Amino acid sequence: MEYILIIISAVLINNVVLVQTIGICPFLGVSNKVDTALGMSAAVTFVIVLATMVTYLIQVYVLDKLGLAFMQTITFILVIAALVQMIEIILKKISQPLYQALGIYLPLITTNCAVLGVAILVIKKNYNLIEGVVYGASTAIGFGLALIILAGIREQMELADIPKGMKGVPISLVIAGILALAFMGFSGIVK
Amino acid sequence: MNQLQNFTKGFFKENPILVLVLGTCPTLATTTSSLNGMGMGIATTFVLIGSNVVISLLAGLIPDKVRIPAFVVIIASFVTIVDLIMQAYVPGLYATLGIFIPLIVVNCIVLGRAEAFASKNSVFSSLIDGAGMGLGYTMALGIIGAFREIVGNGTIFGYKFMQGDGILVFILAPGAFWALGYLIALVNRIKRT
Repeated sequence: MEYILIIISAVLINNVVLVQTIGICPFLGVSNKVDTALGMSAAVTFVIVLATMVTYLIQVYVLDKLGLAFMQTITFILVIAALVQMIEIILKKISQPLYQALGIYLPLITTNCAVLGVAILVIKKNYNLIEGVVYGASTAIGFGLALIILAGIREQMELADIPKGMKGVPISLVIAGILALAFMGFSGIVK
Repeated sequence: MNQLQNFTKGFFKENPILVLVLGTCPTLATTTSSLNGMGMGIATTFVLIGSNVVISLLAGLIPDKVRIPAFVVIIASFVTIVDLIMQAYVPGLYATLGIFIPLIVVNCIVLGRAEAFASKNSVFSSLIDGAGMGLGYTMALGIIGAFREIVGNGTIFGYKFMQGDGILVFILAPGAFWALGYLIALVNRIKRT
């Protein structure tokens, strides 16, 4: 039951992009087409789950043990950068099709605030390892959901006649605002 | 380019948020009031100046292949400094900004300036560039914050000047998206004429 609450809360109520506004850069950057949005969300899910696990173990077994909690930011970002690089190398070696599908998104993920954000939030919320991984995975699903919805709308917007100044980023932000308003309707489902 | 132009380019011509559209996450999340927005801007400015100076000093020593991780470590060190200072001296603001202080590390502006400017220019130019960009960022955050605070809460810098409540939605996430979206559209419109 606890896990279901975490999932619903992370996917819908506290949606990472539309409610907490973390991870906006890729949200605006790769939401032109539904296909790229799907690829990006798959890559993000993969990285967030792995990164949450690794950073959690490092926090508990290294940083807390040695009293180095203030090194959290530096350690986490390095671990995430190294992890992303490693995933890229491993994928290239073992699964060419998967690499072709996710490869181009991987370097972008290091600077995705959602990855570092989730890693830090898991520590802040005092989750245990399993809760942390569930939270990470559902946050990633929430990210994917928002990304794919926006991509679907933007594909249609290509044909719409909108003022020149509004094209591109501004209209995406306005659409995202309306989506965020819709997601506010979910608040209150889970206390 | 003289130093004055170097300093002022961040205000309008290459404003990090309004023109380059970098660093949008903290922009949306922390501009619930003008003071919060400017607090975030000042923290980012400090990191920008520090990392720009150190990176331009070390630019010759860092091998090209590992420059990005090296830059990230330098930036993360300054973020940790800001994090600890804010925790000690402005605990209220620190609690409000919360997770967005450590997230300055992944703010594209900081790494962007390191890569595009500091690694290729002299220490002094990088310092000026960092300060100019940081102040341009702070200014944009202050404007968005002030707008959302006035419309959403009827206050400015915490001072109430209107009767009744504001339009609450502008304090929440949707208002952030709209405020930034229309502001960028406005800047696009001004730029074209």
